[in-house]
Amino acid sequence: MSSAEHAPAGPGKRPIRLFRNLWSKIAAIPMILVSVGIFVGGTIWTIVYSFTDSGLLPRLNWVGLEQYERLWSTRRWLVSIENLAVFGIASLILTFALGFLLAALLDRKIRFEDTFRTILLYPFALSFIVTGLVWQWILNPEFGVQSIVRGLGFESFTFDPLYDSSKVMIGLLIAGLWQGTGLIMVILLAGLRGIDEDIWKASRVDGIPAWKTYIVIIIPMLKPVFITALVLVTSGIVKLYDLVVAMTSGGPGISSEVPAKFVYDTLFTRQNLGQGFAASTMMLVTVAIILIPWALLQFRGKKND
Amino acid sequence: MTETATLTGPTGPRPKKALSPRNIMLYGTLIVVSLYYLLPLYVMIVTSLKGMPEIRLGNIFSPPVEITFQPWVKAWAEACTGINCDGLSRGFWNSVRILIPSVIVSVSIASVTGYVLSMWRFKGSEIFFAILLLGAFIPYQVLLYPVVIVLRELGLYGSLTGLVVVHTIFGMPINVLLFRNYFVTLPDELFKAARVDGAGFWRIFVFIILPMSLPIFVVSMIIQVTGIWNDFLFGVVYTRPENYPMTVQLNNIVNSVQGVQEYNVNMAATLLTGLVPLTVYFFSGKLFVRGIAAGAVKG
Repeated sequence: MSSAEHAPAGPGKRPIRLFRNLWSKIAAIPMILVSVGIFVGGTIWTIVYSFTDSGLLPRLNWVGLEQYERLWSTRRWLVSIENLAVFGIASLILTFALGFLLAALLDRKIRFEDTFRTILLYPFALSFIVTGLVWQWILNPEFGVQSIVRGLGFESFTFDPLYDSSKVMIGLLIAGLWQGTGLIMVILLAGLRGIDEDIWKASRVDGIPAWKTYIVIIIPMLKPVFITALVLVTSGIVKLYDLVVAMTSGGPGISSEVPAKFVYDTLFTRQNLGQGFAASTMMLVTVAIILIPWALLQFRGKKND
Repeated sequence: MTETATLTGPTGPRPKKALSPRNIMLYGTLIVVSLYYLLPLYVMIVTSLKGMPEIRLGNIFSPPVEITFQPWVKAWAEACTGINCDGLSRGFWNSVRILIPSVIVSVSIASVTGYVLSMWRFKGSEIFFAILLLGAFIPYQVLLYPVVIVLRELGLYGSLTGLVVVHTIFGMPINVLLFRNYFVTLPDELFKAARVDGAGFWRIFVFIILPMSLPIFVVSMIIQVTGIWNDFLFGVVYTRPENYPMTVQLNNIVNSVQGVQEYNVNMAATLLTGLVPLTVYFFSGKLFVRGIAAGAVKG
């Protein structure tokens, strides 16, 4: 394709110009390889092979939707999906509620804003492995929170989410919130800083209390920021993997399994490639369902400008 | 909040009254939340400095009665993963050997790509860029196996070089976006003047763009250093056990089922692993935040 291109500036087509622009195309090769070769090619490859009976090695023996039928009748997959939905919805609501609250507090022209922000954001610099291991220790029933509260005299106090299959997602949620709320806070704070000071002045002149200003005026104005953050967080939640591995390894039993872990285990330890491809394709579909409306919205917004 | 209205003039100085109910609420909430956020760091430090007998007796929040650095020594040099008992130092050096080339390669490629996309656009370049950005949203699980095949074909599967390639690939969307968005804000006249003077693709990049863009290079490096250091999935999938990065080895040490759990060693190991990104974070300050904002608000 390179021979047919023009330079963006100037109509000249002398050989020397062509040669110069050749560099820009050579420099773009990594991007072309990654975007087309890996992102598009890899995605298509996985989807195609999800319709085969690949086991230990990929092979093109078509079985139609059989892998998907088996996937949706696998209990572990159903548990994974349910866990992801529970975790996803709960953590979306809580990270946004907490993140917005903290952003709003930091935006009230306070002292030591940098210190507070540094403290609230530092967990985000840590890996999910580190996060998971610390909280595993804090939630350890023998030494952690449970034993301390019992030591205060509440003998029957029980809080051992990591050892209770009905509460294990709460344990993961506590750690996930600790790690991720700072990010939302920073994004929303950036949004709040972009709001015209005159709006605050106007609402003060009208005697509208601050909390009402936030709900009625500021939040609707921040809608684009909210939506972008929502897309970012959601596509991050779908990838939830390391935290589970570090904190619970999917246990007790299979009660904290998640789709990303299902895919990894199926592909690399149980070597059932077809199932793994079908499961990862379902993950892709989930992201697409979230992403496509957003992309359309962005696109339409730009057209209207 | 009506009192704020009377106190804040048009030029907007801070309200003067220090102990108003509003301020007590405001700072009270922030301090309580901050303490909660600091708690895990505190617990890690405290636990890593206690001996095991003290851990069994006391509670995890109490400060150590007798400070010992033995857990740190053990975590660094003696803790076992499988048959290897040379501690986390092995994983640390693996991570360093992964980190340095990965950061150099991925930042170089991303910056040049961003440069192409902002100043040397060609027919179709925007389409590739759009695909690249969409690629950021593809769950890694979809691409894990295709990348295994590519690496195997290249003879890089299991090697550190292979992991460098993987980090470059998956770091591309965010970093290219970062560079492109920064380069488009540079004055166009500069670029045009340089071209009139006969400077080519690389000369303009090295002598004009680079010196003007150091902060954005730092931001990109921060994103990559923390991202690559914290990576777990790619380390597990694309390297052999002897090349496992620190996060993977840490998880193997702490979550191993064999032997008696030494919680102080575990916490020392966890802190050691977190030390690199924490250092980057505390020293980079606003630039770290800028990296996040670049990925989020403009994405």
